[in-house]
Amino acid sequence: MTKIVIPELSLVTLVGVSGSGKSTFARKHFLPTEIVSSDYCRAVISDSEQNQEATSDAFDLLNFIVNKRLVRGNLTVVDATNVRPDARKSIVALAKAHHVVTVAIVLNLDESICVERNRQRPDRGPNTDFVSRQARQLQKSIGNLKREGFRYIYELNSLAEIDAVEIQRERLWTNRRDDHGPFDLIGDVHGCYDELVLLLQKLGYQVTAGTATHPEGRRALFLGDIVDRGPRIVDTIRLVMGMTKSGAALCIPGNHENKLVRALDGRKVTVNHGLEQTLAELGRETPEFRDEVRVFFDGLISHFVLDDGRLVVAHAGMRETFQGRASGEVRAFALYGETTGETDEFGLPVRYQWAADYRGKAAVIYGHTPVPASEWFNNTLCIDTGCVYGGHLTALRWPEKELVAVPAAKVYCESRRPFTGNAAAMNISIQQQSDEILDIEDVMGKRRVSTRIGGVVKIHEDNATAAVEVMSRFAVHPKWLAYLPPTMSPCETSSIPGLLEHPAEALNYYRSRGVKEVVCQEKHMGSRAVVVVCKDAAAAGRRFGVQGDDRGVIYSRTGRRFLDDKNLENEILARVNKAMTTSGLWQELDSDWAILDCELMPWSVKAQRLLREQYAAVARSGRDGLAAAIGLLSQGASRHPKLEALQERFKQRLTSLEAYTAAYGHYCWTVNSIADIKLAPFHLLASEKGVHTGRSHIWHMEQFARLAAADNGLIVATPYKTITLSDPASEAEAIKWWEDLTSNGGEGMVVKPLDFITTHKERVIQPAIKCRGPEYLRIIYGPEYMMPGNLERLRNRSLNAKRSLAMREFYLGVEGLERFVRHEPLRNVHECVFGVLALESEPVDPRL
Amino acid sequence: MLLTITNDVAPGSLHAATDLGYLLHKNPTRAHELKLSFGTAHLFYTEATASRCTVCLLLDIDPISLVRGKGRQDSRDVPYVNDRPYVASSFLSTAISKTMGTAMSGRCKDRPELAELPLNLTVAIPVLPCRGGEVLLRRLFEPLDYDIEVTSAPLDERFLEWGQSPYLNLRLTKQTTVAELLSHLHVLIPVLDDDKHYWVAEGEVDNILRRGEGWLAGHPEHNLIMRRALKNKRDLYGPALERLAVVDDVPPNENDAMIESIESVSERPGSLNERRLQHVVKTLKEHAVHRVVDLGCGEGRLLRLLLDDQQFTQISGMDVSQSVLKRAARRLNLEKLPRLVRERLTLFQGSLVYRDQRLCGYDAATLIEVIEHLDAERLSTLEKIVFGFARPDVVIVTTPNIEYNVNYIGFAPGQFRHDDHRFEWTRAEFKEWASRVGTEYGFTFTHSAIGDEHESLGSPTQMVVFRKVNATEIKEVNP
Repeated sequence: MTKIVIPELSLVTLVGVSGSGKSTFARKHFLPTEIVSSDYCRAVISDSEQNQEATSDAFDLLNFIVNKRLVRGNLTVVDATNVRPDARKSIVALAKAHHVVTVAIVLNLDESICVERNRQRPDRGPNTDFVSRQARQLQKSIGNLKREGFRYIYELNSLAEIDAVEIQRERLWTNRRDDHGPFDLIGDVHGCYDELVLLLQKLGYQVTAGTATHPEGRRALFLGDIVDRGPRIVDTIRLVMGMTKSGAALCIPGNHENKLVRALDGRKVTVNHGLEQTLAELGRETPEFRDEVRVFFDGLISHFVLDDGRLVVAHAGMRETFQGRASGEVRAFALYGETTGETDEFGLPVRYQWAADYRGKAAVIYGHTPVPASEWFNNTLCIDTGCVYGGHLTALRWPEKELVAVPAAKVYCESRRPFTGNAAAMNISIQQQSDEILDIEDVMGKRRVSTRIGGVVKIHEDNATAAVEVMSRFAVHPKWLAYLPPTMSPCETSSIPGLLEHPAEALNYYRSRGVKEVVCQEKHMGSRAVVVVCKDAAAAGRRFGVQGDDRGVIYSRTGRRFLDDKNLENEILARVNKAMTTSGLWQELDSDWAILDCELMPWSVKAQRLLREQYAAVARSGRDGLAAAIGLLSQGASRHPKLEALQERFKQRLTSLEAYTAAYGHYCWTVNSIADIKLAPFHLLASEKGVHTGRSHIWHMEQFARLAAADNGLIVATPYKTITLSDPASEAEAIKWWEDLTSNGGEGMVVKPLDFITTHKERVIQPAIKCRGPEYLRIIYGPEYMMPGNLERLRNRSLNAKRSLAMREFYLGVEGLERFVRHEPLRNVHECVFGVLALESEPVDPRL
Repeated sequence: MLLTITNDVAPGSLHAATDLGYLLHKNPTRAHELKLSFGTAHLFYTEATASRCTVCLLLDIDPISLVRGKGRQDSRDVPYVNDRPYVASSFLSTAISKTMGTAMSGRCKDRPELAELPLNLTVAIPVLPCRGGEVLLRRLFEPLDYDIEVTSAPLDERFLEWGQSPYLNLRLTKQTTVAELLSHLHVLIPVLDDDKHYWVAEGEVDNILRRGEGWLAGHPEHNLIMRRALKNKRDLYGPALERLAVVDDVPPNENDAMIESIESVSERPGSLNERRLQHVVKTLKEHAVHRVVDLGCGEGRLLRLLLDDQQFTQISGMDVSQSVLKRAARRLNLEKLPRLVRERLTLFQGSLVYRDQRLCGYDAATLIEVIEHLDAERLSTLEKIVFGFARPDVVIVTTPNIEYNVNYIGFAPGQFRHDDHRFEWTRAEFKEWASRVGTEYGFTFTHSAIGDEHESLGSPTQMVVFRKVNATEIKEVNP
């Protein structure tokens, strides 16, 4: 039995002449999909495995496949003769480009065996000279594999050896995905022992001589730069080493450890940047200790991928394509980061801002560059807060993502580059500055958005295309848009004569899905408005990254600024803000901003043009046309009695038009000032402490009743009733209420389950169902929809598309808010908001 | 929905007013009914005496099947709530030809001599949609010698601030034959409405020319009539106008001026837009640029000019609207261009408020009449992308000069040249913006005028050419 150990992610190159048994070997030890064979590639493009003329194209294809597999981090086996150095060179180059380990397995059989095997193959000619040629090439270069760049080389020299092989895949040292912590990640200590002990104690560790343990089994994770510059370097090394060896900590190296090891190795290094202090302290220790330190630091792994790939730690950060890979370049990046080749005004190298381009799913926690305060940026966080320079020693609790810090007792070392002040003076975060502009690649094309409550929502390319236009031409700046309201489905079509919609159907929807109680809310007939309100300009800057005087925004269903008149918008925002203060809501929510889902009335404020060009025009032409027709029919009927029936029907039609005219009239009034506007909020979507979808609709209603009471006239509370399903009397009350509302010109009502997010059989159900009154529906289905013969035809409507759309938009709506509250990069929030807009371009009957 | 035609006969005439019945081939003593695809046409007489005879054509259109597509072969979206059942439109035109087609052709079976006889006819259309209002109505009917009475009502008495109804209550009187009257109505009702409920194709050209025989060619508005009658389909009305074969020296579209938006007026061929684009091309040539991206390229009018000049080796058009890009590809005849020309051109959808790698690598970017379509508060994003990120050596921006607007007749104070304009700038405002952008991003700029300059108000369009400071000499691009 010969054991061959290969890393779990590697590029395995089989080397051997034709007939040496490479393909058989590969099939025996690897998945069929892991093997990329040159014969197969030849066949794919030329229909023949033996077509030597197609070799060049075949290798293009082979390289293409290998490339794609390595990008995705899949072990790959190249099954080709690979007897020539230039063939192997391109394989090594591919592995290097993707930072994966190269393995060569050489099947070095006696030439005669291979010749014999080739003779027996039916598809080959009698000439076997090429086998000898290949054998010569192999023998000439077999000794050079190490020099060519192969890290693992296995040579199998007999059939018996080949048969006896067992391949063992070895985990990469960086791969600690199955280690779920919990961890306390600690930034650059630089010999600040006292602060480290304080921090560990603050984190709950019991520090004893030379080690520390956490009663709950938490482990510390040191991000490197333990040594140099600070006052108690050896004490720090002892503690870190002790904790790591006892399993109470993990440790990755920093550039300072790297240099220290080289110095201890006796290599020539420039002793500066605090190394002199470390060497001086170590000089007072025993040679054995010095050696222990050297071995310890030398053995550290450059970076770790932890917690199912959710967490990556490296001293200087780690770009996505390097995570979990192994190469000199990856190690260098982990220790030093990358520089642009320029130097700044302090003479220090300008660092490549890898975090600005970071799009990875894993959170990358790093140190290396002291910052005044730790700030999340594109899912990365630097927790080197310059303790040795008089800043703080900072830890991040994982998975809690809480920052814990202790201040430095004093300035131990002067920083060449000032790291305080400057950035802190900016009101907005690095993330917000970077989010000022989003990239088209973050929205264009086909997309799959993962949502917490509804799984993956797909956005088709055509819909994204339409949304790019609407978003670009009309929407407010994306930094204001954490949410776009989802569409809402009507109830099933009623079978009651004369009605299309009736509350019984909406109640039935929820009752049949196991809901016990619902809230029925009056449906206001205005225009949907999302109100983002901030307590002051500072809050707007801090939370929304807005610079200037803006304290909020009011936008429509498509993200467009609701009011052209900026003064009016400001007046409304100021009123809402004041009511938030007066009602005590700011204080209770512990927030200085909030996002409210509202209806703004009258309808005519926003829909002015639609009303004039469509609704009022239909009313005018309908009434005038029908009145004229009735006049003529009455003259005609005196001569032709058979016209009387037609005249009667036209009179009914005119009555329909009059009812229609009355219907839209309810929702219009003249607006001269804010005194004529009503704002009815119904969802308190989010504020600083979270998204309020965990609260029942009763809670939302109660908050807004307080808000309305605190305001005088602008904010109106929405009338609602709580209905117990399965209690006929309660249901009858809901129906009666709906009849009263709609017979007084109301639009109707919205029925919602008590809980904002309600599931049935583990699936989220419709968050709301609307139930519109018969008179209101004239505006939707046309003035004459109730005329005999018309309603019957309109009953045939399907809700499936609408309901599916409402669900997907709801998933995205909630997801966007959650991402916003989690301070995710704006593009992640925008992805959801953009998705809602894109879905809105799906063809669905707009009357639903 | 309906119209009435009244024949008044003076006392002592040889003819009876009820002769109208012979002409229409519809007996005045009966009420007639005809099923049509979109509903029922009723034809009856409200009055039939020797001195006065009034016929009413009344359509009973089914509003439900209308929006379900049965009444229309056209794929265009019809709003679910619409005025079609209640107004005089192409439905009425169709009903005229279905119920009174013979009369319209000038034939009278029983009394052939009547067909040629001018009668004292009055038409009443109580609800006539008219895009262009009373002014256009008069321009269509006055040259045909009608006496015109028009009234209109407020759109909604409860909301007087919404203005007047767009529908006219019309009464036309003329001494003419029934055939001519019906032909005028048949052609002009849909022209006033500016819509047709059916698919307009080649056959419609023949129909219009036949119904327009004897009056359309000489009508001063024949261009507008043809264009609207053929639903603005360029490929149809162009040849149709040629077939009309009239000698006239009125340039196409001239007469539409006042009913189209002012932007399209000033945009007519050979006018301001043409001069603007020529000016831009000239400027690009002077700056010796080779790779140009036109941001907001629209239908590609600038791209067309750039393609004609070999100096421009790489030409890209970006627009935010996919449908506009499709039109651009069609108008540029992209598929049929010679390969070497086509390879110089790229069209892509993009946006001026998202960072886009595809905007990099050009010598020059043009923003022709684009920035005013962006909310002013989003301009800073455009600046970051164009001047901060893409950073071509040359950026050309044109935008309307609002000061010049007072020269446009019928322009309300503060009115912009296009509905979608979010702002229009004075020359000082444009310069101030250019100066700030230049300072912030390291560009120098020059401001200039495009179009005829008014001594104090400046030119209709203004242009700023930005040049990147320290722009390396533009390298020759290898072919």
